[in-house]
Amino acid sequence: MHPILRNERLSPNVTRLVLEAPRIAEIRQPGQFVIVHLGRGAERIPLTIADGDAEAGTISLVIQAIGKSTTDLVELQPGDAIADVAGPLGRPTDLPDHGHAVCVGGGVGTAVILPIAQELHRRGVKVTSIIGGRSREWVILEPELAACGTVIACTDDGSYGRPGFVTQALADVIAEGGIEEVFAVGPVPMMRAVAEMTRPAGLKTTVSLNPVMVDGTGMCGGCRVTVHGETRYACVDGPEFDGHDVDFRELSDRLSTYRPFEQAAMERRACEIGLRTKPKPGAAADAAAEPAQGVPA
Amino acid sequence: MTEPRPVADTAAVPVPGEARAVPPPLTKKERMGIDRTSMPEQDATERATNFKEVNLGLTEQLAILEAQRCLECPKPYCVDGCPVAVNIPRFIRLLRDGDLHAAAESLMDDNALPCVTGRVCPQESQCEGVCLRAKTGKSVAIGSLERYVADWAQAHLDQLPVAHPAPNGKKVAIIGSGPAGLTAAGELAKKGYDVTIFEAFHAPGGVLIYGIPEFRLPKDIVQAEVDRLIDQGVKIEANAIIGKTYTLPELRERFDAMFIAVGAGLPVFMNVPGENFKGVYSANEYLTRVNLMGAWNADSDTPVLHGQRVVVVGGGNVAMDAVRTSKRLGASEATIVYRRSHDELPARAEEVHHAEQEGIRFEFLAAPLEVLADEERWVTGIRVQRMELGEPDASGRRKPVPIPGSEFVIDADMVVVAIGTRSNPLLTATAPELEINPWGYIVTDEFGMTSMPGVFAGGDIVRGAATVILAMGDGKRSAASIDAYLRGEWPPAPPAAPEPPARAHATPAAAATA
Repeated sequence: MHPILRNERLSPNVTRLVLEAPRIAEIRQPGQFVIVHLGRGAERIPLTIADGDAEAGTISLVIQAIGKSTTDLVELQPGDAIADVAGPLGRPTDLPDHGHAVCVGGGVGTAVILPIAQELHRRGVKVTSIIGGRSREWVILEPELAACGTVIACTDDGSYGRPGFVTQALADVIAEGGIEEVFAVGPVPMMRAVAEMTRPAGLKTTVSLNPVMVDGTGMCGGCRVTVHGETRYACVDGPEFDGHDVDFRELSDRLSTYRPFEQAAMERRACEIGLRTKPKPGAAADAAAEPAQGVPA
Repeated sequence: MTEPRPVADTAAVPVPGEARAVPPPLTKKERMGIDRTSMPEQDATERATNFKEVNLGLTEQLAILEAQRCLECPKPYCVDGCPVAVNIPRFIRLLRDGDLHAAAESLMDDNALPCVTGRVCPQESQCEGVCLRAKTGKSVAIGSLERYVADWAQAHLDQLPVAHPAPNGKKVAIIGSGPAGLTAAGELAKKGYDVTIFEAFHAPGGVLIYGIPEFRLPKDIVQAEVDRLIDQGVKIEANAIIGKTYTLPELRERFDAMFIAVGAGLPVFMNVPGENFKGVYSANEYLTRVNLMGAWNADSDTPVLHGQRVVVVGGGNVAMDAVRTSKRLGASEATIVYRRSHDELPARAEEVHHAEQEGIRFEFLAAPLEVLADEERWVTGIRVQRMELGEPDASGRRKPVPIPGSEFVIDADMVVVAIGTRSNPLLTATAPELEINPWGYIVTDEFGMTSMPGVFAGGDIVRGAATVILAMGDGKRSAASIDAYLRGEWPPAPPAAPEPPARAHATPAAAATA
């Protein structure tokens, strides 16, 4: 069992859980993830390790509540526990040790960017983070990223920081020159847009994918993605790939496989916990669809 | 003949010591005159809509009648035909004599998972295939008798001794809790070793839990077998992925010996266009969702697609499991697409027979060319090519050869690919000193030891995709080797009649796991 030590709301639907996982805290590296399984009957969910404290034996998971299983997770409070946490899984991020890197985070993807930015900073790489959200309350982890370098926060509605999409800010940062590498994590349309922006200059762009996954060890093949025309498994070959080689359209398609199930599961959950107000038809599907934060329409 | 009844209802079987009527011994001629018992099974139409076990098990009366058919050969071929060398005539004789207690002890002494093997072994190509009676008629139904005795044992565990040998102070790590790992754990625990099993999933059992469906191997039976090991002192650490959570060399330092039995855990796909469309599963993913994650039950949080027209590609046991599962989840049309013909199907004869009874369609001599989809990239069908059988290939089976111009489309809204597995490099990648062959399978010597001293391996990660019982054979032999190694008796005497671990390579067509 993995006791929950802290539950902290970062944005209207993003929550940070701090939980005990001593072995994982000890050996985890940026880019790696865990599979959590709340208990009997629950789904196995892949989540990037956002942060960790080897001495305290804890890890942080930043979770966007988009379906029943993630909603169950974000409602855990200190005193609750997660039955199973397996990992750390996936290949660690391939990081440079000098130069200037840009870390682009959209929505909950900002949590995946954080350990990368932290390690880059530790290695002496100059870090510029560009993070985005629909409006002020959707921008997360700004103080943590500010400890690693410059942060440019963007909001779609201009309610905070720079108005507009992260890609617009990225274009300006690249135009200033000196950028050697880009790490981009967020909704699929955002990662695709970043990859298209950096492609002409051949600017190395690493993206982290979060496809449908069951075991996380290469056994099921559910997380297969096409990269450079070849089928790769995000769980063992990734989750990070060269953004210029990823077939984002296929990724997007495959991510929609269980959308109708998500909706049904949310409705069932609403009934179970006795909520009078059922989610509006389509509401869960909208939630499951990745929010297009920081993305050109 | 009595009405078949579920075997769970064994209350009528007397406990040892109670008086019971044992039929007088029959003459050989009388024994030869008894027809082979057929296994009572759930009605085919009914069972195709539920996940309850298909085979109901023999009644006591049927079991004892069937036991009479055994001729007690002085040189029993059946024992040689069994990868774990169960003393078959002995437990059958004890059963026939009505001493179920002794029959159970005898069986469990030889076989760590008899409830499992009595259900999933391909008996027709092992013990029953070489049974003397098969030469002139039908073999003794050894599998059914094994299941009967094993189920009796599980229902009467409180009457059977649990071995608690004095601890010998030596620690053994077992990686993987599938049939090979569980068997090795049981054998080593019996000898007083301190055994820890590391399992990557959240629940132990390996392919017995994630792969083989409930209707063929109920999960509470597997759990009971695991619980029995835990009672014997075996520890299980779940969620431990060796190669990630711990590296092999790290673990090696903590244990006196190790047994690697991680299975062949990477699915093979067809390598045809359209394979990543929505609605295409590997059999591993489909079965794991349904079995391990419980998606056959609507209350499970894990979703699974309920295809209406399902095509399963492959002809092994895994393919049969997948296609029969899809039928139970509501498919109106569930079809096996296999590139050879009926006679070459690698699946157990019983599984094919059951599938046919349940209305599964078979499209033989057809090889997939492409998966088709609509504009939203949902599967709409599979384009296949008609094949004919040519000369035998390296596997001895006649090689399918395409017939030009014979392409056709089978409509489908779900496709499951069950054409085999290959080795998973997760563990071996962190242990460069562990010798692997060009296909990624671990190389062992005749005692099951790898290139790392004290580290043994067995099951699919050595053989390539094979069966539960072959994996168990490896587990049993490796446990004996580990015992010899840790007692300093190394190398041991050459194994008597080993099932040589075939130097494995990817054999996609075999797909015969379980």
